Parts: sequence; C-alpha cells; structure tokens
Amino acid sequence: MADVQDTGVAPILSAHRISKSFGEIPVLFSIDFDIRPGEVHAIIGENGAGKSTLIKILSGIEQPTSGSIHYDGRSVVLPPDGKAEAMGIVLIHQELNLAEHLTVADSIFLGRELRQGPFLKVGEMRRRAAEIMETLHVHVDPDARISSLSVADKQMVEIAKAISRDARVLIMDEPTAVLSVGETQTLFEQIRRLTARGVSVVFISHKLDEIMELADRVTVLRDGQLIATVSTEALTPDSIAQMMVGRELSNLYPPKHEPDVDEPVLLSVRNLATKSVSDISFDLRKGEILGFAGLIGSGRTAVAEAIVGLTHRTAGEIQLNGQVVNFTRVAQSVEAGLAYMTKDRKGKGLLLNMGLRPNLTLLTLQKHMRAGFLDTASEERALERATRRFDIRARDASVAVGRLSGGNQQKLMLGKTMESEPDIIIMDEPTRGIDVGTKQQIYHIIAALAAEGKAVIVISSELQEVIGLSHRVVVMRSGRIAGVLEGAEITEEEIMRYAAGIKQSGHDERISA
Amino acid sequence: MSVSAPEIPAKTTSRFKWDLKTIGPLAALALLVLLGITLNENFLTYNNITNVLARSSFIGIIAIGATFVITAGGLDLSVGSMAAVIAGVMIMVMNWLIPVFGIGWGVILAGMAAGVLLGGVAGVGNGIMITRGRIEAFIVTLGTMGIFRSLVTFLADGGTLSLNFQVADVYRPVYYNGFLGVPYPILVFALVAIAGEVVMRRTAFGRHCAAIGSNEQVARYSSINVDNVRLITYILQGVLVAVAVLLYVPRLGSASSTTGVLWELEAIAAVIIGGTTLKGGYGRVWGTVAGVIILGLIGNILNLQSFISPYLNGAFQGVIIILAVLLQRPKRAS
Repeated sequence: MADVQDTGVAPILSAHRISKSFGEIPVLFSIDFDIRPGEVHAIIGENGAGKSTLIKILSGIEQPTSGSIHYDGRSVVLPPDGKAEAMGIVLIHQELNLAEHLTVADSIFLGRELRQGPFLKVGEMRRRAAEIMETLHVHVDPDARISSLSVADKQMVEIAKAISRDARVLIMDEPTAVLSVGETQTLFEQIRRLTARGVSVVFISHKLDEIMELADRVTVLRDGQLIATVSTEALTPDSIAQMMVGRELSNLYPPKHEPDVDEPVLLSVRNLATKSVSDISFDLRKGEILGFAGLIGSGRTAVAEAIVGLTHRTAGEIQLNGQVVNFTRVAQSVEAGLAYMTKDRKGKGLLLNMGLRPNLTLLTLQKHMRAGFLDTASEERALERATRRFDIRARDASVAVGRLSGGNQQKLMLGKTMESEPDIIIMDEPTRGIDVGTKQQIYHIIAALAAEGKAVIVISSELQEVIGLSHRVVVMRSGRIAGVLEGAEITEEEIMRYAAGIKQSGHDERISA
Repeated sequence: MSVSAPEIPAKTTSRFKWDLKTIGPLAALALLVLLGITLNENFLTYNNITNVLARSSFIGIIAIGATFVITAGGLDLSVGSMAAVIAGVMIMVMNWLIPVFGIGWGVILAGMAAGVLLGGVAGVGNGIMITRGRIEAFIVTLGTMGIFRSLVTFLADGGTLSLNFQVADVYRPVYYNGFLGVPYPILVFALVAIAGEVVMRRTAFGRHCAAIGSNEQVARYSSINVDNVRLITYILQGVLVAVAVLLYVPRLGSASSTTGVLWELEAIAAVIIGGTTLKGGYGRVWGTVAGVIILGLIGNILNLQSFISPYLNGAFQGVIIILAVLLQRPKRAS
C-alpha cells in the first residue's frame, strides 16, 4: 500500500497512520509522512506539536503505538538505539552526539572501527576519514579533537559520519538553531550536495525563511495532528505560519484587566546586554502582565537571569521603582522584591530528594528564624498557607518532592517564589509539562497576582499562553527584541512573524505602554 | 505519564518514620552491644565502655565535621594528615614556649590556640581551593593529604616529636581524667555531637548544606551563597580536627609520621554507616555518632573473644560499611 504521490516517485521511507502515546498521553495522531529520494523535506510546527517524536519514530529511537513504517518499499520495524543507522537512516540530534575527547577520525569510525585482529588500523581510518571529508568539501583535520571544533564543524563531522555509513536518509533536528548565518549557508550547500547524490534529508526548523530556501516539501504538524504536506512553491511564510497556529482561544484564560496607563513603572530595563543578548529595553508597570515570546534559545531566559543577578551583565541599566539597581546575587534581588521562577523546576527549582517544607522555605529561611535557630513550627504554618493558596496536593508533607506530579511541583515552586512576597515576579515557562487543569489554575493565579498590583513577566514558548495572559508581548529573536505587541496586534501569526524573523520593528518607540 | 496514587492535600504529619533507613545504624549498634554482652562478661564494664568511647571520640569529632562537608556535597581526605600536622605543630609550639610561660597551663593553652588556628587555616586553604579555584574536592584534599603528611614527617625529621615530659604530665589529665566519671574526650565528643545535630537540623547553615549537596543549582537559584557555605564546612572540619587533636596529644604526648594514618577513611566510613549520603544532600550527625561507635565496638568485641582473629577487624568494618550502603540505597522507582 505504498502511498505513491502525484509525482509518481516512490518514497524511500514512509510512515502510514502513525500514532504515538506516552503512557496515557497521546502525542501523535495517525500521521502520514513520506520522504522521496534526493528530497529535502522540512517538518514544522509549534513547540509540542510532535515534531521530535515523529523523527524519533522515523529513525527507530521510538516505536509507534500504532501504524506502520515502509522502507525501500517494504514494511519494516526499525531497530531501536540508533541501529537503524546500519540500514541507512541516520538521525543527527540537535545537541550532537559526539564524544568530545575523541579525534575526528575516531568519531567517524566510532563503533565500527577498522581492525586487524585486535588492533585498530589507525592510519587507514585517518586516511579514509580524510577522504570522506574531501568529498564533502569540509576542511577539518582528521586528527583534531572534537572539543576543539566549532559547532558547525562538529555538525559536519556528524554528516561525514552519516555518509561513511552510507546514509540514504539523513534526519536533522533543528540543525541551524546553533549556527550563524554563514555557517547555515555552508550547511545548506552541504545538504544540496548530498541530495544531488540521492540522499534524502528531513529536517526540523523553526525558521520559515530557511525552509522556503531549502525544502522541496513541508509538513506542518499541530498538536500531534498532520495539518498538511505541501510543496514549498505553493507556500508563503505567512501561509505556513497560519497553518502552524490557527486555533481558537478557549476559555482557559481569565479575563484580562489592563492596568491603568498612569500606574507607576516598577521595572525599567535599558540597553541590557550579556554574552547572549543585547540591546534589551522594556518597561513593566504595576498590575501588568508582560509576555515574553520567542523561539527556544532566543535569549528570554538570559534576560531574566541577567536582571536578577544570576548571570553577569555586560551593559545596560536596570531601575526598580525608579532606583538604579545592580544585583550581583539573587539574594539582593529577592530582598528588593524581584523574584525569578526558573523554567527548570527539576534542575534549578526544587530539591527533589527533600520534602515540601524545606523546599518551600529555602529561599526565605530568614523569615523562619527565632534566636538564630530555625522555627519549624513557623515553616509548617507557611506550608499550610501555601498548600491552601496554591492547592498543592501531596500524600503527606514528608514525601520527596521528586515524587509529586509536575503540576504539584510547579505549584510548590510558585509557592516558594511567592514566599518572598515579591512586587515583581518573572515566571519562566510557568506551565511547562503540566496538565491542562493545573495550567488553568496557574493562569488564574497569575491574573490574580496582577490584579493585586504585582507586576508579572511571563516567559513562555506556548504562544496560546502568552496571548491568553499578556497585556503586552515582547517578542525576542536571536538575543534581541524583535518587536513589542499590544492590544489587537497580539496574535499568533504576528508573534510568529517577529519570532521567525519575517518582520522586524524598531522597538524604541514602543518600550512603554 | 507517571500514574500516582490519589493525592490529597498535603498534611504535616508523620515526621518520624521508623523505617530501616532511619533505625539501621541504631539497630546495628544494639545488635553489637548484645553480641558483646553474650561473648564476654567484661564487655559492659565501666572500664571497657569508657575505653571504647574515649578512643572513638577522636574519629568521632572529626567525623562530625566530615558529616557537614559530605552533606554539602564535598569530601575531605586530608583530615588524618591534618591531625598529624596539628599534633606536631602543637607539640613544637608548647616546647618552644616553655621558656616564656614556664611549665603549666599557660603553655598548654597557647599550644591549643595554635592548634585550633592551624586547623582553621588548613580548612580555609582546602575550602578556598575547592570553591574559588573550582577544583574537585577529591583532588584538592588528596593533594593536601600528601602535603600535610610529608610536612609532619619533615617537622619530626623522620622520627617522633615528643612533648616535654613535665608539660605532658600537666596535660595528661585532659585525656585520662573526667567529670563525674566520664572521661573528658567523651564529654567533648558528646558536646560536639549535640551542637552538630542542632546546627544540622535547626540552623539555616545546616539546611543550606543539605540544599547544596542535593542540587547546587537549586541552591544558587534560591539565593544561597554556595561558595561561602561550602567554605565554612571545610573550616568547620579543620577546627574540629584540631579539637580532636587537643584531646589526642595528652594521650601519647607525641606525634610522628604515623599519627592519624587512615583516620580520613574511618571518619568517612562512620559518616556513611550513619546514613549520610556520600554524594551529599542528606546528613545526620547522630547517625555519624552511631557509625563511629559501631566501628569502635567491632574492634573491641573482636579483642574480647577468642573464636575469630582480631586481625580480621578491618574485614568486619569493611563488611559493615558495604552492608550499610546496601541497606540504605534508594529503592528503584517502581
């Protein structure tokens, strides 16, 4: 039942009615997907649309819950653990899977070293590695250590590795996310050379302009559903953006109460710069919810961490209630009434081996001291209050926080942040990986905080969330503010245009509301 | 994805859970005492018990410092050698100062002050290299372990540093006498243990140690000054090594290159037997105290019976350490 499409070219790899659930959570619904020989096929979709899961299934790393995979015209079950590489299907991960201490030649032959009895044929491998690099027009010394290479060169080594395994389908997860413009062009030339040799390339990208330039066909996913597979000529960046989003806002979000225009500015940032972001300026008013949208890696977290003193600021000025502040430690910003809630609740937010009480009060232990000693009873009272206020549910307070559900962990972290009674709260991905019911609770808490007169910044990769909550939205792209949207301009399409670089505004005139 | 039991609002009950993890060290201790009583009627005598506890108090005081270091995710391998250097320097300082202060408590107090100061400085050195220098604690303290060991050999010129006999006579009661029949070393050990337990459980410092050992990033994002807290644990360790040495010097009145050999491993073993996690994040001082006494009792019981060679002492201690970790390892998530 090979699904031969209009061109009559038989696909090399195809997926038919693929569905995938993790536990009870479905992430892909009956997806059809095919790749033709020598084609570049882009997969695009919002965060959480199911792109990564799809390519993991196509490369055998995940098995589909239902549906079938055809390779070379035959129905196959792809072997897991990257063994599909031997069949010619190679996945190149975004974070690149290279051992930093090995040389380029070692890496290319890793796992299938050329041997003479028990001994490695080092010279032979080096020569062959050099040959492969030659055919790819890559100028990297086969003896160089991986750790000494740039990200772009590492990617080329990954490609060389794939070619040395006679890859016929090369799947790349956001290969350009970490590349500069020049490096991206080099990669594209490489991809064109590969497709000229008949290799098929599947890649995920968020950058619409790149897709328009490189891809022959585009598949759009949304919420685990296949929206369309279209040939690129038939598309404009705008129509892609519309396909990626295009949903109705539900009543998940509380009604918005815009702050009065004469509310005082609580936080004012001017020309902030760090190693990864530059020229960041914005104002935040009392009672306002300011959304920060942008692609992953666009620098939103870096801005927040620089403001609260977690990372070093190279330039710029920050004013809190009109006073210039210069936080070098988190303790100072907490003291001043500015709290940052990390997006990484397991890695940076909570002590997973400890109970609820020590986690809740860790940021504010000073409040629970009596005569130099911790007052456990006072901590218990704080936990009781937070449990009620944020509806934290746990079997008992001594259960290790790591065993709570994501939603309860998130609510506990919110409670911990609010224990410091901040006037300004920066929430980084406040609903990441939690169920929709808890999301709704958190949205209402955020709205209530703003109504109380707190100022809230919500950094989120979920456009729906940014749109549903924010009074204004800052869109970031590549470490800069690409645009500031307000009122009726706050739509998914508009945010996408700024985030993907189709539209760019001088934002200076719109720093404040 | 994770299917959990129905969750009800958090309640603040069951602070004490008597599972094996909690009572393990106490149960082992009780078993050893029972075994001792059965094997030899002299086991439970005043002399035997005070002897075991007094000998254990050096390691015990050091191990309480190690509990803090390990809880905060660190390690200090240098404590045994550090003890030897402090003992050597104390003896030299006291011998030098006899012409100034004469024979008496003046000299001894000066020596004690020098010892505590040196312990603190050694802790600062370890701590600064680990926190500011960003070098692995294992490497730093492996290095200083060698440095301290060779320093004491150098100071003793390859032999033994002996305290002036008359001063030693004045100092001797600090180890051999006691208050209300309890030898001073045991009293000091008990005081340090109680203070340590309170600091660990009831102060921000103790909480911060556990937080840092559990996840340094979380601690940093929770406005804890990670480097300072770490540094303080190493200083505390250094000072407690010095306190142990203050009690050790009057016992023999000498120091040599063999003083304190392997104390670091005994201290770490006691901490682990007591239930503190080697990679940090959870520590309990009372557990360490139990661990030290368990190690002391094993040797004592082997000496009091005639079936098994006392030369196997190390083997039994090793088995106990492995068993302790085996019983306390986290259960696999089902």
